[in-house]
Amino acid sequence: MNAVEVTGVSKVFRVAKGAEVVALDSVSLSVVPGEFVSLIGPSGCGKSTLLRLIADLDQPTAGEVLVFGKSARQARIDQDYGIAFQQAGLLPWRTVTGNIELPLELHGVGKAARRARAQDLLALVGLSDFADRYPDQLSGGMQQRVAIARSLAESPELLLMDEPFGALDEMTRERMQTELVRICAETGAAVVFVTHSIPEAVYLSSRVVVMSPRPGRIQEVVTVGLGSAGTRDDALREDAAFFASVKAVREALHGDAVHEKAPHSVRGVETR
Amino acid sequence: MSATSGSRSASPLTRGFSSGSLRAVTAPILLGVVVLLLWQVAVVLLDIKPFVLPSPVNIGTQFASSFDSVWAGTVVTGTNAFVGLLLGAVTGILAAIAAALVRVFDELSVPIVTAAAVIPIVALAPVLYTMFGANVETARQLVAALAVFIPVYLNTLKGLRQVRPVHRDLMRAYAASPWQATRTVTLPGAMPFLFTGLRIASSLAVISALIAEYFGGPVGGLGKSITSAAASSNYPLAYAYVLGSILLGLVFYAVTLAFEKLASRHSSSTP
Ligand SMILES: Nc1ncnc2c1ncn2[C@@H]1O[C@H](COP(=O)(O)OP(=O)(O)O)[C@@H](O)[C@H]1O
Ligand SMILES: [Mg+2]
Repeated sequence: MNAVEVTGVSKVFRVAKGAEVVALDSVSLSVVPGEFVSLIGPSGCGKSTLLRLIADLDQPTAGEVLVFGKSARQARIDQDYGIAFQQAGLLPWRTVTGNIELPLELHGVGKAARRARAQDLLALVGLSDFADRYPDQLSGGMQQRVAIARSLAESPELLLMDEPFGALDEMTRERMQTELVRICAETGAAVVFVTHSIPEAVYLSSRVVVMSPRPGRIQEVVTVGLGSAGTRDDALREDAAFFASVKAVREALHGDAVHEKAPHSVRGVETR
Repeated sequence: MSATSGSRSASPLTRGFSSGSLRAVTAPILLGVVVLLLWQVAVVLLDIKPFVLPSPVNIGTQFASSFDSVWAGTVVTGTNAFVGLLLGAVTGILAAIAAALVRVFDELSVPIVTAAAVIPIVALAPVLYTMFGANVETARQLVAALAVFIPVYLNTLKGLRQVRPVHRDLMRAYAASPWQATRTVTLPGAMPFLFTGLRIASSLAVISALIAEYFGGPVGGLGKSITSAAASSNYPLAYAYVLGSILLGLVFYAVTLAFEKLASRHSSSTP
């Protein structure tokens, strides 16, 4: 059974005065358990919309979304996924520990078990020394790590992440990518990861889904053969296979007619 | 363990707060002292009569010698203001929660609240004295409560509507019940707004309770004492009561301001 099964999904937003935005047009995608899939494409191509449909934060206009064989709604109610957004979205009046415990608390996990789980997760994201701090006492990168720890709190089999590193500087970002690869190897969760950055998508994923805008469609799916998550490390970023995949994704993004000489032709995508 | 980390994280905050508030306190105190000095010098040099304006020393002496009666008046007016503040705050908060949860209630309350916001509430005092009798403090407390209700209601409602989209999505992703979402996100997020409303309301409570005394009711409060001292031409005493009123207002303001600071300590927006 697939972790995510999106079949012929369209999403039309009705905006003011009867105007319509076709955010997604008959998109189909499968994610197998434990697989890391990135969605990449220029701004407005429907990446966030697709992720929100999987999370049942929005409903598709047409088509079907299944998560572990259930409807997206049922999967949400059963808490089958963890989610992290571009904004950390921490509750400012709760400590770091209180924020990580939030989903556990809402789902009736006992106090001692919550505490223990939060401690494990804080160690996982390297923030053990900050357990009793408040979000406003943390840097943006640290807040994002707390949000990632929170998304892992209930050991979900599926992680949905919408540009979680988008606001971070390049160095923090690479470190977070390395950490995420390690965490995924440890937990074995499937991940649907939205990003703007080609190297990020290639470094993290087993498959990169390249999308195009107006209407939002899947243009191409690039399979990245860089080995399993457990064997990926920073050295990979200088590997020839890494660059080959970056090139493949870039060419898919820019269409067949355009080659490397025009890296700026697609708005909003980082080709660094 | 949590105690040590708590104090560790609190120390930079406290430092920032005290150094900021030190300057914030010394500047007005200096200004106040200068004004008082000028006032004293002016009264003496220009030979201003006490019924026009008593000197600060004169008022201070009177304040000290009649401290007991000023204190008694402060207790009466302060109690009225406090009861009004509590009553108005509780009803304001409950009404705001109802308006946030039930749309119809919100729409119904708009004209009433708008009307209440433009009526000078103390104008109701004479009517309320007839309603509840002129020998009890009820009318004054109700006037204060009505004055408090408006800013508490409006600010709390505004706060309850501040839920960030990312938090709303998060609660939906967690399949949280409406009550869980209210308790974990909406109410805590509204707290700083609620306390801002309360801080604004605290001054109104004191002012309304005091002014309401001018329209009748039992003697003993600061408002009645000011009028009777002035009526018997004891101007320094009238000013001593005015000083008591100012101090009462300051206490209400300072306490609610401290609560507001406490409530909004961690509410600075997080990305
Ligand atoms: N709630 C909404 N209402 C109207 N239009 C929307 C809404 N959400 C997204 N859109 C539109 O759908 C398209 C896809 O948006 P989105 O999925 O956010 O793109 P991406 O995440 O790839 O940048 C955009 O044109 C956007 O303006
Ligand atoms: Mg997006």
